[in-house]
Amino acid sequence: MEAVASEKIPFWLNPKIRGIFYQAGVICCFAFLAWYLVSNTLHNLEKQSIATGFSFLNKESAFEVGESLISYSSADTYGRALIVGALNTLKVSFFGILLTLLLGTLVGLSRLSSNWLVSRLAALYTEVMQNIPVLLQLFFWYAVFYEMLPSPRGALNPVNGLFLCNRGVIFAVPEAHAAHKFMLLSLGIALAAAFFLRNWAKKRQATTGKHFPIFWVSAGIIAGLPVMVWLFFGAPMNMDMPALKGFNYKGGATLSPEFIALLLGLVLYTAAFVAEVVRAGVQSVSRGQTEAARSIGLRSGQVLNLVILPQALRVIVPPLTSQMLNLTKNSSLAVAIGFPDFVSVANTTINQTGQSIEGVALIMMVYLMFSLSTSAFMNWYNKKTKLIER
Amino acid sequence: MKSLKICIVIAAVLAFAGVSLAGTLDDVRAKGFIQAGVNGGVFGFSMPNDKGLWEGLDVDTARAIAAAVFGDAGKVKFMPLTAVQRLPALQSKEIDVLCRNTTQTLTRETTNGLNFVAVNYYDGQGFLVPKKLGVNSAKQLDGATVCVLPGTTTELNAADFFRGSGLQWKPVVIENTAELNKAFFAGRCDCLTSDVSQLAAQRSVAPNPGDYIILPEVISKEPLAPVVRHGDDQWFDIVNFTVMALIEAEELGITSKNVDKMLKSELPQIKRFLGVTPGLGKALGLDDKWAYNIIKQVGNYGEIFERSVGPNTKLGLERGLNGLWTNGGLMYAAPFR
Amino acid sequence: MSEIISNTKLQTLKPPVTNIGVLGWIKANLFNGWFSSILTLLTILLLWNTVPPLFRWAFLNSAWTAGGSVCREIDGACWSVVVNNIRFIIFGFFPYDHQWRPLIAMLILFGLLGFSRNRNFWRRELVYAWMIGLVTMGILMRGGFFGLETVESTSWGGLPLTLLLSVFALALAYPLGVVLALGRQSRLPVIKSLCVVYIELIRGVPLISLLFMGSIIFPLFLPEGVTINTILRALVAMILFTAAYIAEVVRGGLQGMSTGQYEAADSLGLNYYLTMRLIILPQALKIVIPPTVSILISAFKDTSLVVIISLYDLLKSSQTVLSNPEWMGFSREVYIVVAILYFLGCFSMSNFSRKLEKDLDTGY
Repeated sequence: MEAVASEKIPFWLNPKIRGIFYQAGVICCFAFLAWYLVSNTLHNLEKQSIATGFSFLNKESAFEVGESLISYSSADTYGRALIVGALNTLKVSFFGILLTLLLGTLVGLSRLSSNWLVSRLAALYTEVMQNIPVLLQLFFWYAVFYEMLPSPRGALNPVNGLFLCNRGVIFAVPEAHAAHKFMLLSLGIALAAAFFLRNWAKKRQATTGKHFPIFWVSAGIIAGLPVMVWLFFGAPMNMDMPALKGFNYKGGATLSPEFIALLLGLVLYTAAFVAEVVRAGVQSVSRGQTEAARSIGLRSGQVLNLVILPQALRVIVPPLTSQMLNLTKNSSLAVAIGFPDFVSVANTTINQTGQSIEGVALIMMVYLMFSLSTSAFMNWYNKKTKLIER
Repeated sequence: MKSLKICIVIAAVLAFAGVSLAGTLDDVRAKGFIQAGVNGGVFGFSMPNDKGLWEGLDVDTARAIAAAVFGDAGKVKFMPLTAVQRLPALQSKEIDVLCRNTTQTLTRETTNGLNFVAVNYYDGQGFLVPKKLGVNSAKQLDGATVCVLPGTTTELNAADFFRGSGLQWKPVVIENTAELNKAFFAGRCDCLTSDVSQLAAQRSVAPNPGDYIILPEVISKEPLAPVVRHGDDQWFDIVNFTVMALIEAEELGITSKNVDKMLKSELPQIKRFLGVTPGLGKALGLDDKWAYNIIKQVGNYGEIFERSVGPNTKLGLERGLNGLWTNGGLMYAAPFR
Repeated sequence: MSEIISNTKLQTLKPPVTNIGVLGWIKANLFNGWFSSILTLLTILLLWNTVPPLFRWAFLNSAWTAGGSVCREIDGACWSVVVNNIRFIIFGFFPYDHQWRPLIAMLILFGLLGFSRNRNFWRRELVYAWMIGLVTMGILMRGGFFGLETVESTSWGGLPLTLLLSVFALALAYPLGVVLALGRQSRLPVIKSLCVVYIELIRGVPLISLLFMGSIIFPLFLPEGVTINTILRALVAMILFTAAYIAEVVRGGLQGMSTGQYEAADSLGLNYYLTMRLIILPQALKIVIPPTVSILISAFKDTSLVVIISLYDLLKSSQTVLSNPEWMGFSREVYIVVAILYFLGCFSMSNFSRKLEKDLDTGY
């Protein structure tokens, strides 16, 4: 057979052989390019006697980082400084995503509102925010923050225990107390309990048709348990009040202007995109669904919960995830306004060690890790929602 | 269409790419100008004026090199670089020489593959604070928020200083000099730390210069010198002796105004220096008139200092360490023979 | 029977005034229900508290030509920071006496873009017009011909640089993205996996890391002594970045094509290239116009990131003005003006995409 085929079709026209030939060609080109770049780089590094390798991670960094979630000083290593940066990136992404979801959903639903004024305003918001570069927005908020607010000595004090000045927003927090640990623990227990309760209620409803007020009961558990623990410890009320000592406020918790500007810029920008996603998702559910749900006597809350949301979410979630990833990636712009995120710390590291290749590789690896883990989660989620589908 | 686009791309690449394989001197001669990396944001050292013309001590040093190589101080182009970019730009031959108030350190000489030539400004790090804070010593800065450029020796020195003195501090790092100053003058930080000369420069452009003082403590040594790449000794010699020539000329009393008269001088060292007695230029691979061209077109070190940062400028810096060794300073040129 | 018929004309009843006209509209759109009413009142309150002060700040109390010191006295906006520095903001470090050159180049670009908006002009001549236009712009910017003084690309800046980066990044990323998308759909495993790895890798990292790579590392990749202009390196980074996103969008369009289309092309005896060019791509690309344009819009906005590698684009040149002591503290005014410029660019792009979508809608 083979012989016959090759007689009919000359081998250079056989798609299979051609395919192999093309691929071999591509591999050769690619390998050559890689070899060329690597050999150039090695030659250049050697010629200019630039150090290579990641051994610098264990060396003393000798620079300070403005804000940190874990203890850090200039006596620590570059490795630890980079971890501090990565945690800062996670921090700003976490709060950014939370706030973006809230604001984005609000604006997206406002756009669908039958109220003309509200929907116009929401449309104006999305149109304007989407069309202005996020970096410009970051610069704008940062400048607004430090140009408009007074110095610490003349700080605005709208509410007792809250200070606004060009060093940031400083607010009172509860004083450290043994109860807090247990409150956190009880919150965890309450969440787990609520989760199991939900599953049980669902199963019961599926088998017996009896409805269980799951929302109110779980809300009660989640709020009630920590409060009970708090009361058990004698309701510690002491607050750690910030006070002006020397140059800056001591005590309380501080949100730096860089953090606030970054958060504000990212949230306002990304929320505009999320609003569009939410709107498209809700609109993707046909009106007939709402009308049908109404006609079988569901209340409007139930219509949203049981009919619209499950269908809309399937449309919303994939683009929403990519917006959340965008927010995380855009948080790298922190370097422009001086918030010590991962890129900013890596940048300083590159500067001090001169090892730019390793530094940029680290930046890319960390963000790739974020993205890949998110897409892994997304794949899992998609599979899960698909299973529920029918 | 596609082939058209490819052609455009190739044409663009060819238009933008430069190839240089020989030594730096030959490259520079071939392209007809020197590409110098500068800061771009420090008044008195390197900053464009209203008309976009570059001015300052670092800029004039680069011009002097152009005068030595081409006999024309105008054949130099400036590229503003951030702190992160400056060393890679030099390593990758994007620039021929870096005149960007860069501190000579052991690490930079060794693991970064750079060579520092003779120092053109001796500096030290200090602190600039608003007067109204009522601070008169750096030791009182406990708990302060400090504006500092990242990736500089300044940042490391500040960390060392506060750690060594057992003081608490909070750095605010913004990579761009101009942005950092803006944040400081807007009150984002209690103090700004940098080399004293730069602090003076930054104060001079403050909205109200009188509202700020430089604290007396100088916490580091900052020998600022032009930088070239490792491994090109001829180019190193040229840049090195250009800086030295500026100093030597001041010591010999040769200025841009009297240099023509000095050509007729009978002193053997002046005759050698100005190339009346030939030999020195040849040794560097340059024209024998190289030093004459530098002084004629750019002036000696004293002149540059006076017009860029000296007492009669907005900066108002004294010569101090940057005086000639004969006047108690550190400026000392190797003999020209 | 006749008594039933009345001769008096019946008064034609008008609908209640509250259901038609302005009042009706207001009722239907602003006060339909208690929730909506509260929302409307709250919104009006919010607008009442923000818009008039903003208006006073921006127009009534503002200064348009006064110097920086005068500006500090007034409590309105100081637009003079933009008015007095407009040439630096727009042209950056381009030599002062030669700034008419980038101006003309930009006018040519705007003219070409304006022509290209109209689909009646989409002919071969337009391609030639673009080529001639680009070459003219290049000559105007760089000089060195016809007695124009050479201006190195290091002194290019401001709006021309932003436009240059945008136009080239968009124009070159698009074909590359299409090729990558085709590669990802390819049946050849090596090509497919290379494209997948490339696309996922690029989409996983922030643009700024690619810009760092272009500005700091890329020179080390080149053979000793070869240097490539900074602007070009930033441009390449942006092209590589945008192409990955375009590839994903185009892939969506390709996946939307039914197998019948491929089979029909095969049965006509078209080879791969012709199948793609004549059958698949024209349809697939048309489906994905809206998402493609939104990618292009973000690429346009992302050109502002070159600030971080200190190229003097529009944003950077306006920041430079702000670091001048006379104008320190007027960031809001400058940033608002720059934001308006970007907004105009993005808005006209999205408008165009809507129009194009309508024009190309052949209704199937």
